[in-house]
Amino acid sequence: MADGLKELKIELSKNGIFTTTLEELYNWGRKNSVWPLTFGLACCAIEMIATTMARYDLARFGAEVFRPSPRQADLIIVSGTVTKKMAPQVVRLYNQMPEPKYVIAMGACAISGGPFRDGYNVLKGIDRYIPVDVHIPGCPPRPEALIHAFMTLQKKIDEQALTGPDRPRHLQAGQPSEYPVPAFGEHGLEPADNRDVFAAAEGNPLKVLQ
Amino acid sequence: MGWTDWMSTNLEHPWLTVVALLIGAVAFGFTPLALAWLWAKFFSPKKPGVQKNATYECGLESHGDAWIQFGASYYLYAIIFLVFDVEAVFLLPFAVAFTGLSAGACVAMLVFLLLLVEGLVWACQKGVLTWA
Repeated sequence: MADGLKELKIELSKNGIFTTTLEELYNWGRKNSVWPLTFGLACCAIEMIATTMARYDLARFGAEVFRPSPRQADLIIVSGTVTKKMAPQVVRLYNQMPEPKYVIAMGACAISGGPFRDGYNVLKGIDRYIPVDVHIPGCPPRPEALIHAFMTLQKKIDEQALTGPDRPRHLQAGQPSEYPVPAFGEHGLEPADNRDVFAAAEGNPLKVLQ
Repeated sequence: MGWTDWMSTNLEHPWLTVVALLIGAVAFGFTPLALAWLWAKFFSPKKPGVQKNATYECGLESHGDAWIQFGASYYLYAIIFLVFDVEAVFLLPFAVAFTGLSAGACVAMLVFLLLLVEGLVWACQKGVLTWA
């Protein structure tokens, strides 16, 4: 929104007139009804489960409806160590989710391999294959951290423009909805990462560790 | 003439209320579905793909054919079990009343047993009881 319009909106709200745009209204609805996929990989999943329970209550953010099918989910929380055996399944599940879809990489393992980084069978971060929206460090991250990540994602959804050149991936016709699923090769997964996703992650602090 | 007068003169069929409620009920169900369908048709970002349209949705790749032939041996095994299961139901009162039975009744029961054992022998010769 242009600055002039934003000022006008603030001025109007001071005088008791509430204005909004279709985009804001649409994003407001989207960010408050994110349905995560019922999907846990390791110990972080326990924290994810705790987040949905009464004490932390993810339902406050409209995200309590964990869906057992990728067809009905908007968000995949990669919670735990992604082994090389599991990685193709994670990518395939992501591919089967309808647009718009988001990814939270939860915990040290999901973002970098964590303490098992040197293991022969551990993927060094799921962002090698699918575009991650929010990374959460921690081993495991506390439920507050997941809630913080969720609020970060909500903010990201809220700020997405629906038109123009800056519109998100899912609204651009040229962008793919499915990412290549890695296959087992002689020395681990092939390809080792998806260049379109991984190299695009500029400013990713994990990139220097490669 | 008021609205109620108009209704009582023109809409006096006794089933009219039911029809009105029926239309209301159908509309109540279909309107949200139609709105969702229209919204999806015009506004949803469509990005279909091979994996997204796949039948199986648990991340694993399905392989093989669903139209495979199952071995019928267990079916026959189960049928024979069922026959002898029912036989046991008859054997129990037979055993309880055995001392008071006449010779004819005893012979009748033994014939019944013989018929079933004959069936078992037949099934055994057919190879039903050997697990391949």
